[in-house]
Amino acid sequence: MTAKICDSTAEAVAGIRDGSTVLIGGFGMAGMPVELIDALIEQGATDLTVVSNNAGNGDTGLAALLAKGRVRKMICSFPRQADSWVFDGLYRAGKIELEVVPQGNLAERMRAAGAGIGAFYCPTGVGTPLAEGKETRVIDGRTYVLEFPIKGDVALIGAYRSDRMGNLVYRKTARNFGPVMATAGSLVIAQVHEVVETGTLDPEVVVTPSIYVDRVVAA
Amino acid sequence: MSLNKHEMAALVARDIEPGSFVNLGIGQPTLVADHLPADAGIVLHTENGMLNMGPAAVGDQIDPDLTNAGKVPVTELPGSAYFHHADSFAMMRGGHLDVCVLGAFQVSAAGDLANWHTGEPDAIPAVGGAMDLAAGAKSVYVMMTLFTKDGTPKLVPECTYPLTGLRCISRVYTDLATFLITDEGVVVRETFGITVEELSSRLEVPLRQAQPA
Repeated sequence: MTAKICDSTAEAVAGIRDGSTVLIGGFGMAGMPVELIDALIEQGATDLTVVSNNAGNGDTGLAALLAKGRVRKMICSFPRQADSWVFDGLYRAGKIELEVVPQGNLAERMRAAGAGIGAFYCPTGVGTPLAEGKETRVIDGRTYVLEFPIKGDVALIGAYRSDRMGNLVYRKTARNFGPVMATAGSLVIAQVHEVVETGTLDPEVVVTPSIYVDRVVAA
Repeated sequence: MSLNKHEMAALVARDIEPGSFVNLGIGQPTLVADHLPADAGIVLHTENGMLNMGPAAVGDQIDPDLTNAGKVPVTELPGSAYFHHADSFAMMRGGHLDVCVLGAFQVSAAGDLANWHTGEPDAIPAVGGAMDLAAGAKSVYVMMTLFTKDGTPKLVPECTYPLTGLRCISRVYTDLATFLITDEGVVVRETFGITVEELSSRLEVPLRQAQPA
């Protein structure tokens, strides 16, 4: 089924359950679906595991969700930043779990989930604390670490335009994790700047084909 | 005289081959971009998903959808390309990126890198793309001061901080000397305001002097 175009962000996030793993797009604020996160805060789902590159910037978007105490665990590559005071406070108070994953592994583990790959051998992190306890294998003289997919119950992503089927295009570096998360979430919800008529997006430039997208809202 | 960070950046830039695809780490390595010759055809990669990144954006150029890996607004150059994160890191691991320049807490004599975590109990660990770059780029250079503010060497026999990557560093550019990490040990390529003998007395790493070319 192609995507449903929602009238509101509340409709777009309806039904997200407590305990869900939620993939949230964005690199810092670029591509972060702030309005969808605001709607998720209103919707009330809690005890969430959130997968995102960072752990919130300032007080809006992901930081606001964290501040409400809705997130049990953060899986990310780079939580500590100049403006990550919300996460820092929760972490130091022992109120949130943290799994740090190298940035490329974060992306590739979601790519694997979306592509039906059971696990993959990756050279990143060999000999470091982030590979401790993980299975390794030497292939052609090089050591690799076995990494497993990260699948989301939900993905919240930001894109630039969608047509009415849910084909997505992005803008500049705001693309970042969106296309990968769109493949790795069971329920994929995209916030876009505008919804255009089907047939007006050049098929050659569609980045996320509609097959991956479940709900779209202009916000 | 020891080098300042701009002079170190210029040294690194001088050693980057024309036509290279290069990733510059957050912080001091970013300065290398200011010293790359405009006509050398060097293409900058930023791991958040762009090739042929231009200089920092100013004024009306600032666009929240266009940033570098440090989340600083940047610009496009003719021939720029955007791609998603999985592709961006596949480029590194797949051996397509020629050079990466990173900062460091410590580099070992064998070329091990520690640059992501001090390991202190109250420190919040954050790795970003450092491990991926260390494992993926064809050549990984470090740019750092040779000693901490309290005089502790950062070029060490074995890293004591948590590792970022094993045997991944081939050159270390510092304020006092440039070092080549080779299979035969650490070679001093050039020094700045210090002799090799003085360096040897302040470092616990055996040093060899480069033969004049």
